[in-house]
Amino acid sequence: MVALCTCSLSHPMLKVLLYFFSPPAHLFLTKSFPTSRKMASSFTRLISGRNTAVLLASLGAGTMATSFLLSENSSLAAEAKKKLYPPSSDFPDLRKHNNCMASALTPAIYAKLRDKLTPNNWTLDQCIQTGVDNPGHPFIKTVGCVAGDEESYEVFADLFDPVIKDRHNGYDPKTMKHPTDLDASKLTNGMFDENYVLSSRVRTGRSIRGLSLPPACSRAERREVERVVVTALAGLKGDLAGRYYSLGDMTEKEQQQLIDDHFLFDKPVSPLLTCAFMARDWPDARGIWHNNQKTFLIWVNEEDHTRVISMEKGGNMKRVFERFCTGLKQVEHLIQERGWEFMWNERLGYILTCPSNLGTGLRAGVHVRLPKLSKDPRFSKILDNLRLQKRGTGGVDTAATGDTFDISNNDRLGKSEVELVQLLVDGVNYLIECEKKLEKGQDIRVPAPIAQFRK
Amino acid sequence: LTKQKVKWFEEEYPDLSKHNNHMAKVLTKDIYAKLRDKQTPSGFTVDDVIQTGVDNPGHPFIMTVGCVAGDEESYEVFKDLLDPIISDRHGGYKATDKHKTDLNFENLKGGDDLDPNYVLSSRVRTGRSIKGFTLPPHNSRGERRAIERLSVEALTSLDGEFKGKYYPLKSMTDAEQEQLINDHFLFDKPVSPLLTCAGMARDWPDARGIWHNDNKTFLVWVNEEDHLRVISMQKGGNMREVFRRFCVGLQKIEEIFKKHNHGFMWNEHLGYILTCPSNLGTGLRGGVHVKLPKLSTHPKFDEILNRLRLQKRGTGGVDTASVGGVFDISNADRLGSSEVAQVQLVVDGVKLMVEMEKKLEKGEAIDSMIPAQK
Repeated sequence: MVALCTCSLSHPMLKVLLYFFSPPAHLFLTKSFPTSRKMASSFTRLISGRNTAVLLASLGAGTMATSFLLSENSSLAAEAKKKLYPPSSDFPDLRKHNNCMASALTPAIYAKLRDKLTPNNWTLDQCIQTGVDNPGHPFIKTVGCVAGDEESYEVFADLFDPVIKDRHNGYDPKTMKHPTDLDASKLTNGMFDENYVLSSRVRTGRSIRGLSLPPACSRAERREVERVVVTALAGLKGDLAGRYYSLGDMTEKEQQQLIDDHFLFDKPVSPLLTCAFMARDWPDARGIWHNNQKTFLIWVNEEDHTRVISMEKGGNMKRVFERFCTGLKQVEHLIQERGWEFMWNERLGYILTCPSNLGTGLRAGVHVRLPKLSKDPRFSKILDNLRLQKRGTGGVDTAATGDTFDISNNDRLGKSEVELVQLLVDGVNYLIECEKKLEKGQDIRVPAPIAQFRK
Repeated sequence: LTKQKVKWFEEEYPDLSKHNNHMAKVLTKDIYAKLRDKQTPSGFTVDDVIQTGVDNPGHPFIMTVGCVAGDEESYEVFKDLLDPIISDRHGGYKATDKHKTDLNFENLKGGDDLDPNYVLSSRVRTGRSIKGFTLPPHNSRGERRAIERLSVEALTSLDGEFKGKYYPLKSMTDAEQEQLINDHFLFDKPVSPLLTCAGMARDWPDARGIWHNDNKTFLVWVNEEDHLRVISMQKGGNMREVFRRFCVGLQKIEEIFKKHNHGFMWNEHLGYILTCPSNLGTGLRGGVHVKLPKLSTHPKFDEILNRLRLQKRGTGGVDTASVGGVFDISNADRLGSSEVAQVQLVVDGVKLMVEMEKKLEKGEAIDSMIPAQK
């Protein structure tokens, strides 16, 4: 029944489970049986069920069968095609490109990985399509590749590891471990001077293990993500109790309210995302959930399975982070009750679509007024040394208006959530101190650069 | 498991409740369930076929097709979906119908005497797909480059009136680019979501380019919406000459491809196989830019066009409005009639309409000239 399964693991439970859940013979014997990436992932669940998928996944990503249910005809055609088109004939022209993928992808790596498939039949070409289609900006280095599933980071490690190193300050997934720490009680000095800090916010993403990521997911998988997440969120109580608004079904009134609250997200227009297949089937299974108090917000099936945002007006970052951690833990608990879990491993932390969001996936930031400091020529250097970045208050790609800036942490991977938020807190407090000093006509100091990784 | 399988198909079935395109009209849950298990030998699936139609719900007034082929076999493997769409789009064309191909320009009657005071320019275009390669929604960089190589070899071997030059998109000079824009030859990266959602802009501008003859009367686009788009054109009303050049050029190119065992995709049911089902058959749009300021405002103009099996567009091409009473008039049909027949309709129809225009100029009525349905 499962002769085609080339699973390398001989775990006894696996054999028993596969025996019980193998589909009837006629599904294997049809010549035109599909190998489409979406079929394989749905069949993973069909033959193994939700709980088994979690069990199998927990036995180690990458130990799943490398291909299910190949039809004779199409595998012959695929073999012939490989001979006719060696990897060198398909190697992309990256001479005008400036992104992490283009820096890392050599013909040798491409040749090694081109014909590999993840268990969901996702390929290297699909990972890099966005980077091939978007040569990049001379000043801003984009990542240029995405994962289609959890296993992408494993199967295509020869590409993703150097990309991760490039993007995350030399973090080496082969030798280093990423710390996860969502204990908000450890955060100190998390109350900002509200004469300067106008709002505080922490965001991250979470992926549901066993379901493909937005570039690769089928409609059924995307709807399953929505179902799993929305069911879990319905279990939140107290100050986290809230409501889900499906993008396709919301009323005009609801839409207007969400726009006014600055909660509504739109169909992606950036070619970085559309070329990565993330806008397919829009707006099917996309939506926004937020609590009644509008301080905890979750985007479903936008760039990641979920984007989780905690925010408030004012400078109480401590409370924002506490709600963030509590909310995340409660959601995790609620999905675990039904046999699901988040994608995570100790090499890469939380697994998200874009390699730039691995680790914590966390961006903690404030909108802060710094009229004097922002005009000081040392401003950029101070931010750099504090490992902070500035953006306009419209978010990434916007320019600052007036003297108010969005200041947030640069790093995502290699430091824990607590460490990164502490870094942001200490950094913003330092910036406010500088601003106050400049107000009094005193001089300021450029701080020493912060070490990048735990020694 | 059957219950699970049924439920799972339902989970994959797209939400087409707000859609208005041919695919959405035809794709029932039953058809989807039947086709979901299949793929072409190159791995194209029904989800790949319909993605563009799912992502682009369509326009209330204009009925788009909403699906594409990824390879020659798509039209066979997914016939349960594509046959009804083809029938809907091509005037009831049946799954058992045969399409006639006739590229013998000598079979065209007349066409060399359209009045140049009215007919400003004449043009015939079509597309060709090269056998043995998958189509633009699906092909790999290696395939696309092989198509370009073959095409350039074929085109640069032409001589006489067809002697010309190839300009690859990714390496043309600024001066060349400027010239191609001025000649209205240059094509750009597709921005229409109808095309981008079908995967046709991948790897742009790799292996895309433009070839044209020195006389600038014969032009070929490589790897845009189809493997090849072939265009013959010139100023004035000598459609006969335009069509002659079109047929001769196409046949010369086809011979060279055949020598390399890569002839054009064609079968006797669907004629020439192209990416979009709307271009099956001849893939031919033969047309003129013609001045019809009086006739175009006549209440029966649209009916006349209908009966003549012609369509109007603005002179900027599809989706544009006419300027100064000048219209782009071309054949409406692609499948079910031959190239000669379709160009004949254009030649005869335009000739008639110019006569009508002249009559209207003299203040005479045209009612007796209105033709029967062709």
